[in-house]
Amino acid sequence: MTQINTSRRSFLMGTATLGGGLALGLSFAPEAMAQAAYTTLTPNEINLWVVVKPDDTCVIRIARSEMGQGTRTGLAQLVAEELDCDWSKVTTEMPTPGQSLARKRAWGDMSTGGSRGIRTSHDYVRRGGAAARLMLMQAAANRWNVPVTELMTKEGVIHHALSGRSLSYGKVADDAAKLTPPDVKALVLKKPSQWRIAGKSMRRLDTADKVDGRKTFSIDLQLPGMLNASVKQSPVFGGKLVSYDESKIAKMRGVKGVVKINDSTLAVVADTFWRANTALAALPIVWDDGVNANTSSATIDAMLREGLKAEGDFWQRKVGDAPAAIQGAVKHVEATYTSPFLAHATMEPMNCTVRITGDRAEAWVPTQSAEGSLAALAEATGFALANCDVYKMDLGGGFGRRGGHQEYVNQAAQVAKKFPGKAIKLVWSREEDMTHDFYRPISMAKMSAGIDAQGQMTGFHVRVAGQSLNALLSPMSIKNNKDTRQMQGFWEEAGDAQLGYTFPTLLTEYVMRNTHVPVGPWRGVNTNQNGIYMECFIEECAKAAGKDPLEFRRALMKNHSKHLAVLNAAAEKGDWGKPLPPGVFRGIAQFMGYASYSAATAEVSVSPKGEVRVHRMVFALDSGHVVNPAQVRAQIEGSVVMGLSAVFMGENTVEKGRMKERNFDTYPVMRMQHTPKVETVLVPSGDFWGGVGEPTICVVGPAVLNAIYAATGKAPRDLPLRNHGLTLV
Amino acid sequence: MKLNVNGTVRNLDVEPQMPLLWALREELGLTGTKYGCGVAQCGACTVHLNGQPARSCSIPVSAVGQMKVITVEGLSKNATHAVQKAWTELDVPQCGYCQSGQVMAAAALLARIPKPTDADIDEAMNNICRCGTYQRIRDAIHVAAGQAKLGDVLASYETVNTDQLA
Repeated sequence: MTQINTSRRSFLMGTATLGGGLALGLSFAPEAMAQAAYTTLTPNEINLWVVVKPDDTCVIRIARSEMGQGTRTGLAQLVAEELDCDWSKVTTEMPTPGQSLARKRAWGDMSTGGSRGIRTSHDYVRRGGAAARLMLMQAAANRWNVPVTELMTKEGVIHHALSGRSLSYGKVADDAAKLTPPDVKALVLKKPSQWRIAGKSMRRLDTADKVDGRKTFSIDLQLPGMLNASVKQSPVFGGKLVSYDESKIAKMRGVKGVVKINDSTLAVVADTFWRANTALAALPIVWDDGVNANTSSATIDAMLREGLKAEGDFWQRKVGDAPAAIQGAVKHVEATYTSPFLAHATMEPMNCTVRITGDRAEAWVPTQSAEGSLAALAEATGFALANCDVYKMDLGGGFGRRGGHQEYVNQAAQVAKKFPGKAIKLVWSREEDMTHDFYRPISMAKMSAGIDAQGQMTGFHVRVAGQSLNALLSPMSIKNNKDTRQMQGFWEEAGDAQLGYTFPTLLTEYVMRNTHVPVGPWRGVNTNQNGIYMECFIEECAKAAGKDPLEFRRALMKNHSKHLAVLNAAAEKGDWGKPLPPGVFRGIAQFMGYASYSAATAEVSVSPKGEVRVHRMVFALDSGHVVNPAQVRAQIEGSVVMGLSAVFMGENTVEKGRMKERNFDTYPVMRMQHTPKVETVLVPSGDFWGGVGEPTICVVGPAVLNAIYAATGKAPRDLPLRNHGLTLV
Repeated sequence: MKLNVNGTVRNLDVEPQMPLLWALREELGLTGTKYGCGVAQCGACTVHLNGQPARSCSIPVSAVGQMKVITVEGLSKNATHAVQKAWTELDVPQCGYCQSGQVMAAAALLARIPKPTDADIDEAMNNICRCGTYQRIRDAIHVAAGQAKLGDVLASYETVNTDQLA
């Protein structure tokens, strides 16, 4: 292994900012990466992204984490497209962050979040594929002693038409690996219209072992001599561990001991998880609940409502004098919306396995941030980065939970330190997972608008009060006390999460009100709440103006052609304006996030008892490019389920400083019976690369909420709806 | 204690109150059956007991007795059950964590009702999937039941407005 230049300290500092992959933690030069990418090290390796074996198997390297979103397949399609290999011979492997560091971070930022998997790596992985193809062709040209320009490739075979000769990639891979790589910047990539592997609904590369139980998730790991740990953290955030009586469980079968991990966390170690967790439940523990012992959802609610009224310098965008324009208008519209804390509740609870052998530490972990996990392992063990490595396991759900916060790695490492040579699998019970999440931030928004005699908006004012992600994850990115991330979707800048409306006057404000509850990014992050606030409020404005909600929006979107095109696509495919069966009502919404444009329509009926049925949703997405239509569609279907779960059911409440909901019996989520039929229209406009997994969630809620508004005449403003007499059936 | 799992009688020396889930996972090494909640809410731990779907996290191993336990590993040879084939063809799983339980619940449904209606599917398939694969699960059950053609379902996943692509 080569010398690692990065110092442990600077690496730790860098990865600490990897907010669920949403902030680019360490800046690395793409140029340097491109250089490193074509320095070969392992046998059969044409370059960092492509290994061709003698039997023609093409191993494509994937640096991002797979958590169900399909990035493994999508990235492989992009590389395979340029490599022009036989798709049926493609397999994948994931480099470790240790391998990447040893090659000067050759695989770049490995973190996976912010819907960046494809949109920020499509260029260099395709160049990797294209460079590998050229080198394979050159190797064949050398063998045949013909100019490389006379050669062509097709599905993993190099042909020389003039002599009728051909060679498969595997036959020249050894030679190709020894060649000098081409100038990757000069390579001309294929246009999407030329694609035959990318852009197609290729079957996922990782389905087979998910249907017969063969797939090993991190929680399934079984290593020789492994011990298991179940962890308990102070029920009240910020509380402390006072004492525990180990003697009460010492004689329980399989129990190996109790490890105090830090001043608020302990773990019971046993031969199996069930025995560890059973003993943990029997362990008498005394906690000092600390200063947050009396905090409740009511006190937090009051704090946020104070923020809606507070005086101070909170503005982020200002066009003209919106408050005056609103004040002077004929009609005023005002509404306050609220969103609760939300747990991620990944199906696989948090877990990590660590083994310390001598001066080396290894971790097996389902992580969205491989380098963040590595940093956590190095920090917990005190070992040099070069003495640590992390084996990424495919995640049993991520949704932002397993990125910026890596405390389970630290915990497993602390336990492993007490059991040298033994692999320690540390697993959180569902109750621990649900009560110690990094929750979607709680927030509220006060919205106001003025409408003139012609039904035009004179001004728009939004003030969001709520908890900041960056205050916990990336304080240095908050400048002048203004945290722009919390206003995601209201931004002026084009290209990422731009507001799709132009108002004559505008004021956006964010008032930071941080609670003691830890928060983190949650699929869609702030576009969730902000999309609901904006799109439900614009609906109320349309109603007040006496206009059709679609026409009302269109009039405000003249400067936002891409937003508008997607809105129009959803309206058209969603049969906007066409008759519906009696009792069924339609809603519509559009929003932007993660560089993609989303819009949706929903058809909903509401019974007199408040039973809401979502009959149909039509979804339009412009993600710029579509690498795998079937998987994009799957992400949209998933966004609908997670988005509607949040709107109707999801809520984590605080009681005596701790989270009240402990399992799925009190934290209900959507099931089959609630799931609407989702239709998708993909309208990639081709001149940018946008995300998919997250941008599609932000319009799910408002489309349905607006349909409920149409059905009942009452605009829902407080979530979840089950607290307000509306249940999803 | 003896347990009949996937057609083989296995000997176990465990506490009688140990849930079947953990006996399968940690004593017999059958990790296809998943832990999701421990309180019979999510269905990730679904196995068949004498052919009936059961949530193994909430059944003490001592209560299993002579019943025949089938786990996802024992559902078929080489994933050839109609449900597994449909799941594979339609790429139902996303992360895949809940899918062992989904597959077992679907297989039990089809054994009981070979041609299930959507209402039957709603009633029987109440396992949680946080990735939100429900629509594909429904499609796959209809394909497995022979009520929908695979090609038609796959074609319905296809439409992309490619004329806008550069």
